[in-house]
Amino acid sequence: MNIVVCVKHVPDATANRTFRASDNTVDRAGVDGLLSELDEYAVEEALKIAEAGDGEVTVLTMGPEPATDAIRKSLQMGAHKGVHVSDDAIHGSDAIATSLVLAAALKRLEYDLVLCGMASTDGVMGLVPAMLAERLGIPALTYAVEVSIDGDRVTVRRDSDTAVETVVAPLPAVVSVTDQINEPRYPSFKGIMAAKKKPVETWTLADLDVDASQVGLDAAGTAVTSYQARPPRSSGTVISDEGDGGVQLVDFLAAQKFV
Amino acid sequence: MSEILVLVDHDDGAVRKTTTELLTIARRLGEPSAVYVGAGAEAARETLQAYGAAKVYVADSPDMDEYLVAPKVEVLAQLMASASPAAVLIPSTPEGKDIAGRLAIRTDSGVITDAVDARPGGGEGLETTQSVFAGGYTVEARVTRGTPIVTVKPNSATPEQAEGAAQVESVSVTIPDSARATRITDRQPRTKSGRPELTEAAIVVSGGRGTGGDFAPVEAFADSLGAAVGASRAAVDSGWYPHAFQVGQTGKTVSPQLYVAAGISGAIQHRAGMQTSKTIVAVNKDSDSPIFDLVDFGVVGDLHKILPQATEEITRRKG
Repeated sequence: MNIVVCVKHVPDATANRTFRASDNTVDRAGVDGLLSELDEYAVEEALKIAEAGDGEVTVLTMGPEPATDAIRKSLQMGAHKGVHVSDDAIHGSDAIATSLVLAAALKRLEYDLVLCGMASTDGVMGLVPAMLAERLGIPALTYAVEVSIDGDRVTVRRDSDTAVETVVAPLPAVVSVTDQINEPRYPSFKGIMAAKKKPVETWTLADLDVDASQVGLDAAGTAVTSYQARPPRSSGTVISDEGDGGVQLVDFLAAQKFV
Repeated sequence: MSEILVLVDHDDGAVRKTTTELLTIARRLGEPSAVYVGAGAEAARETLQAYGAAKVYVADSPDMDEYLVAPKVEVLAQLMASASPAAVLIPSTPEGKDIAGRLAIRTDSGVITDAVDARPGGGEGLETTQSVFAGGYTVEARVTRGTPIVTVKPNSATPEQAEGAAQVESVSVTIPDSARATRITDRQPRTKSGRPELTEAAIVVSGGRGTGGDFAPVEAFADSLGAAVGASRAAVDSGWYPHAFQVGQTGKTVSPQLYVAAGISGAIQHRAGMQTSKTIVAVNKDSDSPIFDLVDFGVVGDLHKILPQATEEITRRKG
């Protein structure tokens, strides 16, 4: 069973993320990058499925040179090999172009199952899994909280606002997983050492027969016209409970007309 | 006037508030057409008319419920070709994003997710507003290719009534064989809590690690205010409250008039889900918790003492 996990290298969400003033794209240089936390769940799920049977896990990413760190972290967790699509023309790509490049790369790989995180932690759009499935002409089972493989079928459980659903589809399929699905492992020392010897291929757009004019900022279907930092909230009143904290809380709520 | 397609979010004919919000936004952009997929359109028509739908496209077939987003994608793609709308508005839910993503590829159109506003763009097209980077930035954006597809967050507009013609047009939908292989084999509806919907509520009271697993004081306080109950990721991960109520980056984003955080430290993942609330109140034992940087009013202390006292005080004042 060949599993490909699509991962993204993103600016650390706990740092002060911002935009590049020159072109209104996400600033990926000023803030340290890492494997998107939500993708760790997809890597973990891939490893669990591979370990339960006879599987090989390939990690696929696209992005500038430092994005290889996201592959390395996945390899340290236990993935077998990596593919990094890197090309200057990719800068500023929207979800449509991202799915184009990833789908082109997937067509060059062998896959039975494509796993994704539910969204990246930078853009948080959550569009790429459905877009990939649309481009590849295969099922998309999104927001899975449980995945099981039975022969050539995949079954997932989804936990929506209105219902808990069980969905079945034939393989190959795209499955995106939420942070409820598992507890991602930390790389072991052995895993870190082993990752150094694992193969990582770097592909360009030319390798994928994708024309540079189809990707990047100029080809994007959307444009950020302006961005503004949210003004810090003016600091309010903080009191210590001296026995009447609850009453004081209600006094505040009453003054604001909530009571 | 140009047509704006609005995908109706409904529960077997009961139109959700998000739909009336989308119709209200759509009226600023053009003439709204509601797109109703599934059973129960007759019951929904009155509401759609009251909020200004000029047309109601209805697509229904008996086996539709067995599929995920395929029927809705087919109907919208068909209408985008036949009606040439100026924009398509879709609720910003997991399902809505799957639909938007597939439509964008199929129609080669730009897509914007999680908009909190959409307005005429001055000149051509539309302009949207989104809150990004965990609420740290506000961005304005435009769709520059194809038909703008925009998913809109709940609570982005106050629904305003305006009588529409609500002329019903039936749309036939054929689910392609390729989509038929993916089937929903079981669906267990969630039991309703009787409290307001988390993303629609005017007041939200959330509990976190500080509850120690006991949500009774949080629920009692919420009920005294007529509020929805939320939970932090720590509380959900501990199994104390269902994931459907999680507020934060990987749960719901809420933007109520009043948000009360009880026993929640205020990590960035949580702030991402509640930072745009109008008024923020926190109760927490640790005075150094980052949540206190956000509050309009905060109490440092034990929520198990403070919340019951506040609940009792509210009940007393109500007489």
